[in-house]
Amino acid sequence: MTEPDRTPAAGRTSGRAWRGRIPSPGGIVRIALIPVASVVAGLLVGGVIMLLSSLATGGFNIALPLVAYSSLFTAAFGSINGIFFTLISATPLILGGLAVGIGFKAGLFNIGAQGQYLIGALGAAGVGAAVSGAPAVAAIPVALLAGAACGAAWGFIPGALKAWTGAHEVVTTIMLNFIASAVIAYLVTGPLLAPGASFAQTGPVGNAELPILFGSQGHLGVLIALAAVPATWWLLWKSTLGFEIRTVGANPDAARYAGMRPAVITILTLSLCGMLAGLAGAGQILGITHFMQASYGTAIGFDSISVALIGRAHPVGILFGALLFGAMRAGSGLMQISAGVPSEIIDVIQASILLFLAADVLVRRLLRVRRAEGVELEELQTVSRTYGGTH
Amino acid sequence: MRGITKRYPGVVANDQIDLDVRPGEIHALLGENGAGKSTLMNILYGLAAPDAGEIRLGGKPVTIDGPADAIARGISMVHQHFMLVPVLSIAENILLGEEPMANPVFLDRAAAHSRIRALGHTFGFDVDPELKVGSLSVGWQQRVEILKALYRNANILVLDEPTAVLTPQETTEIFSVLRRLAQEGTSIIFISHKLYEVLEIADRITVIRRGRVVGSRTPSETTEDELAAMMVGRGVQLVVERGESHPGEPMLQVDELHVGDDKGREVVHGLSVEVRRGEIFGIAGVVGNGQDELVEALVGLRRPLGGRVRLDGRDITGMSPRRLHRMGIAVVPADRHRFGLVLSFPITDNCVLNDYAEPPYARGMVRSEEAIRERAREAVSAFDIRTHSIDAVAGTLSGGNQQKLVVAREFEGNLRLLILDQPTRGLDVGSIEFIHRQAIAKRDDGTAILLVSAELDEVLELSDRVGVMYRGRMVAVVDARSANREDIGLLMATGGKTDVIADAAEAAP
Repeated sequence: MTEPDRTPAAGRTSGRAWRGRIPSPGGIVRIALIPVASVVAGLLVGGVIMLLSSLATGGFNIALPLVAYSSLFTAAFGSINGIFFTLISATPLILGGLAVGIGFKAGLFNIGAQGQYLIGALGAAGVGAAVSGAPAVAAIPVALLAGAACGAAWGFIPGALKAWTGAHEVVTTIMLNFIASAVIAYLVTGPLLAPGASFAQTGPVGNAELPILFGSQGHLGVLIALAAVPATWWLLWKSTLGFEIRTVGANPDAARYAGMRPAVITILTLSLCGMLAGLAGAGQILGITHFMQASYGTAIGFDSISVALIGRAHPVGILFGALLFGAMRAGSGLMQISAGVPSEIIDVIQASILLFLAADVLVRRLLRVRRAEGVELEELQTVSRTYGGTH
Repeated sequence: MRGITKRYPGVVANDQIDLDVRPGEIHALLGENGAGKSTLMNILYGLAAPDAGEIRLGGKPVTIDGPADAIARGISMVHQHFMLVPVLSIAENILLGEEPMANPVFLDRAAAHSRIRALGHTFGFDVDPELKVGSLSVGWQQRVEILKALYRNANILVLDEPTAVLTPQETTEIFSVLRRLAQEGTSIIFISHKLYEVLEIADRITVIRRGRVVGSRTPSETTEDELAAMMVGRGVQLVVERGESHPGEPMLQVDELHVGDDKGREVVHGLSVEVRRGEIFGIAGVVGNGQDELVEALVGLRRPLGGRVRLDGRDITGMSPRRLHRMGIAVVPADRHRFGLVLSFPITDNCVLNDYAEPPYARGMVRSEEAIRERAREAVSAFDIRTHSIDAVAGTLSGGNQQKLVVAREFEGNLRLLILDQPTRGLDVGSIEFIHRQAIAKRDDGTAILLVSAELDEVLELSDRVGVMYRGRMVAVVDARSANREDIGLLMATGGKTDVIADAAEAAP
């Protein structure tokens, strides 16, 4: 094999590595261009659909999208309570987004954040109910750790399956999501059922409830999620373990030659992902619902995938992505009331954003950005590669 | 092409280049990686527009507006990496984009097939147009590429490093095809950096260095040494003076090693070899005779099925790569993109790919950024890695600089055993010379070096002793200075069922 001549446009990646260091303003534009453009495009699609549906229902108003988006924005950021609510809604998405993002860094597509989140929530609910009478200083950390540990265990399973048998994490994590729901249904209606309860739910977590630090629901979990952002950044770029994770993700063959053990890193990474997702679930139970129902339903784990992609698998980007999704959730109620647009439009917008992100070629063409000029979307490569690609 | 100039931000890729190619001429374009050959050809093929200069075809100035326009004007290009669809047949690949229609709905297959057969005949080979391209050898795939060009009535054919992927035999065959093409009046531009090939095939040779034409020669009036000097801009020692070696105690002792491949088949059968301190032991052999598996077993990536490996007298069989690295075994892997580098990582991280967890590059679990940067700076200056910054991503370096980066990392420190697996594959003469010099310096420091190379010349020029590997066995070990090139070639090809083995065995110490 010989090398092609080096022409300036030949590089598949950008000329400088930006991830470990603070990028220049131009670098930030390059990195954020595709995600921001996808969000804008998603909002445009949402606007068009609002107009079309208003046409169908007869109340056509050309300014409807503007009214809807401005009430959404006002609700999410216009008041201190709105900002609190946005933060609280973003909290599980921050942790879930990190759980998917770290996986991308290791070349793993962790679709299992959903199951890891649920099992983490279950662990926190079960242990929280058991220690509900203990002093809060003991009950809170024990219940939180239980949630994190259960999530980690749920991440360990696909990690070990991949490392030892080669079973693909995309398949195993999807299956484990279903198993997680089934495990919850079984345990909450059986062994963990609250004594004397009229519904299938666990007992209240009592003293394991997270303290409220601000507003009416601003629980300790918000701070944990915010702290997880710099902690993850540090882990990925300043620690030797993070270097191993990134090396295995970028080139597992070179990692082997360099003496790293990709199998071990895979297990560790998926356990870590599970821990973060489990912590997200634990925070929701201990901070907000205070018990768990057998029918506990959520899409946090799946939204986390979108958040990680919007954030380009970078902790800071994930923070922004989670805040965006959190703001939409927080503001959709007011939007429905004041603009008459059903809050389900949020799902449409979020799905459109994901589509535009995945079809980055389309966005690039619209913006006339060549691949060599932008930064390669490595996380998307992981997605496409793990979907039965030739790699 | 007259006065062709092309600037990219920061570089002048082509600076006032003049090139004329006559009908029926094989014109070689010679230059190091990054000299501007590909840019020039991209301009000719319409992939890039020149900033200045003009292109004349048959005397008339033309503007070439994209590859389709180039093809319409009779210019075709065979890329180094073939542009073929493996699941389609030869004929389908050739027709792609220019399908002859029998009627508005159906292809005129019969006409196409007979024309392809006829084309093949003209140039001395039989083609079955219905064979799937995926089932063809690399040499045949290249012929399909050439047929594709001929089918489009090319009268100027550009071949970008056509022999890089071919065996010597395939090269000879393709050369005879090219000669016939030239006789029929096709002009051929042949891009290469293999000097002996260029001397063999070309009618004229134009050498480009740093975007400028440094001269034109005919093969009869020049030599490999002169061409190399023109390419690099200074005298180059094509054969680095290896000097006397002073081998010491045995460092690596491999006894009766058996190694399997990924499918579990045994591909190294009871191989024994000994490499001493301060010597370079070269393993010659056609690719795929168990060399890869042997190297992987030696660095701990493959568990041997049997046998023993000792380093400095200590049994190291089956130890992990990390442990072997700490004991002083370093390896320059055969495929730098796949095994040697993380292309998306900067130079800094690539410099500490093995040592990232060792002091001073880490304290506990915390990476020491400054120590890593210092190491990268040293590597870049000591190994002359051409880059604008140590933060540059490895994938943006030229091949030669990428390999220097791997070499800089692996040559670091006090080594016991250095394994060089195809250390100069695909590199230009300047980089080859540099890497050979570094290897000899390492040998003279007392390191034991095991060199594996498919280039017999490299093995013979660099090694002190040479072993020939054939089907997983070491069939002969000879002294490199007195070895006969033809004998070794025969051993590589046949494993040696003749007296050669006896002679070779006597020569072994």
